[in-house]
Amino acid sequence: MDNKMNNLLNDFPILQEIVNDEKLVYLDNAATTQKPRQVLDAIRNYYEHDNANVHRGVHTLAQRATEQFEGVRQKVADFIGANNPQEVVYTKGTTEALNWIAASYGRTHLHAGDEIVVSYMEHHSNLVPWQQLALQTGAKLKYIGLTVDGQLDLKNAQQVITDKTAIVSLCHASNVLGVINPIKQVTRLAHQHGAIMVVDGAQAVPHMPVDVKELDVDFYAFSGHKMLGPTGCGILWGKKELLNEMPPLEFGGEMISNVGLYQTDFKAPPYKFEGGTQNIAGVIGLGAAIDYLNEIGLDKIMKHERRLVEYVLPQLTAIQGIEIYGPKDPRQRTGVLSFNLTGVHPHDLASALDMDGVAVRAGHHCAQPLMKYLGVSATARASFYLYNTQTDADLLIRAVLDAKEFFLNGSF
Amino acid sequence: MALSKLSNLYRQVIMDHAKHPHNNHELDRADHEVELRNPTCGDVLTIQLKIADKTVIDAAYTGTGCTISQASASMMTDQIKGKTIAEVEQMVLGFSDMVMGKDVPDQTKLLGEASILQSVAQFPARIKCATLAWKAAYQAIEESESND
Repeated sequence: MDNKMNNLLNDFPILQEIVNDEKLVYLDNAATTQKPRQVLDAIRNYYEHDNANVHRGVHTLAQRATEQFEGVRQKVADFIGANNPQEVVYTKGTTEALNWIAASYGRTHLHAGDEIVVSYMEHHSNLVPWQQLALQTGAKLKYIGLTVDGQLDLKNAQQVITDKTAIVSLCHASNVLGVINPIKQVTRLAHQHGAIMVVDGAQAVPHMPVDVKELDVDFYAFSGHKMLGPTGCGILWGKKELLNEMPPLEFGGEMISNVGLYQTDFKAPPYKFEGGTQNIAGVIGLGAAIDYLNEIGLDKIMKHERRLVEYVLPQLTAIQGIEIYGPKDPRQRTGVLSFNLTGVHPHDLASALDMDGVAVRAGHHCAQPLMKYLGVSATARASFYLYNTQTDADLLIRAVLDAKEFFLNGSF
Repeated sequence: MALSKLSNLYRQVIMDHAKHPHNNHELDRADHEVELRNPTCGDVLTIQLKIADKTVIDAAYTGTGCTISQASASMMTDQIKGKTIAEVEQMVLGFSDMVMGKDVPDQTKLLGEASILQSVAQFPARIKCATLAWKAAYQAIEESESND
């Protein structure tokens, strides 16, 4: 860990928190990440000095707010390798972005008999919108299978994606298995069959360099709060020609160019999608989060997480009774580790870890079809991020061993 | 040591019920059956009741879950057998209040052994695990009343 990575712990006040008399070890980053002072300051600074509504005032504050708000669009575009800030649409988060693609693009482009392809590892937010779209249009929903070690089965993908496929939608990285999907290859396959490629990037953008141009995908969605930003702010990126074809879903202020008594002309994208006053402070916070991540570098963050996984995975695997889901090779995964301990329900395990100050998630992780596919009702999940250390990994292992002792040997 | 705090939740009686649950089987001819799901973890619990003369004459459950949900289902099915449906309704409401940290008059008399689950009140994340079986029983009883 270089100096920059070392010092960053001081940027996150919450990491000093004492939980159940123990120092907090925050390992629930796949659910949401903590926020550095720089992000908190940016939001506070905006409210203390620049707060005004954007795009609709001639006064100075309105101008300052607008500049910051629109400036983040460029930052986001640069961050994900997009051509044009006008392809960056602000949303509430990944869920809203994926819903909009399904409800707007999907409803206007799909017909009965068309096929939508997802995989068994999708989060409900990249599954339920497509189920609804299939029900509404008469399109058919199909699933790409997984290999035994929890990777996307590319051979199966070649069979499932056909000329009938209109939309392929996959997560870039799984929120349960931690596996990184071969988006570029699947995109090529989708395009060969005339389908568009949608990517749920919620678990990827915070953890690795992402370049939508290089991936050649058509839509890409992600959330600010999983990458050090505030909640309630996320991004829908889409190719300009596709965004142009999409009708807006929310009508009202700011998204119009001319309103008559019975008819209205809409603005061009991205503005036609952004009806009403936006989450301005959230967007500004997201901009500060991107600055923070850029300062460190996504390459370094990815390496840091990989080193932690390389360190903790063998130790976790060595505990008798532990089953880990997803690829065993740290190079094929992010810092998300889902596991079960034989004889201990993940809820009980998570409560025990919490007593040691270790925050992990237990449950189905909004991926019930995947749980069924894995043959489990739930798992525990530890997920690492840039501010986690080897000490955190050690404390996780110790807490799991404690819990095992407590529940299986009854020594307490 | 942090695990001593854990023993506040996982008392020996609770562990025993979870490891060797009572009434964890299907009833021969159940009058009422309700399946409930814990939405946070996906655990499924099915409660079956036999009711005659407005009295629960038998109760059992199936399904898997965490220590707390299993122990709670085991204790509840023990405790509601032989009680009238009016009594069971009181017990369910009392149990719910108890695990949310409210004072329940005559708690031990009302809930018997299940009153040990009072410790759940200190672990708010686990309240839903504890109440799952009781909610299912309440629904089963409501069903029985609407059938009358």
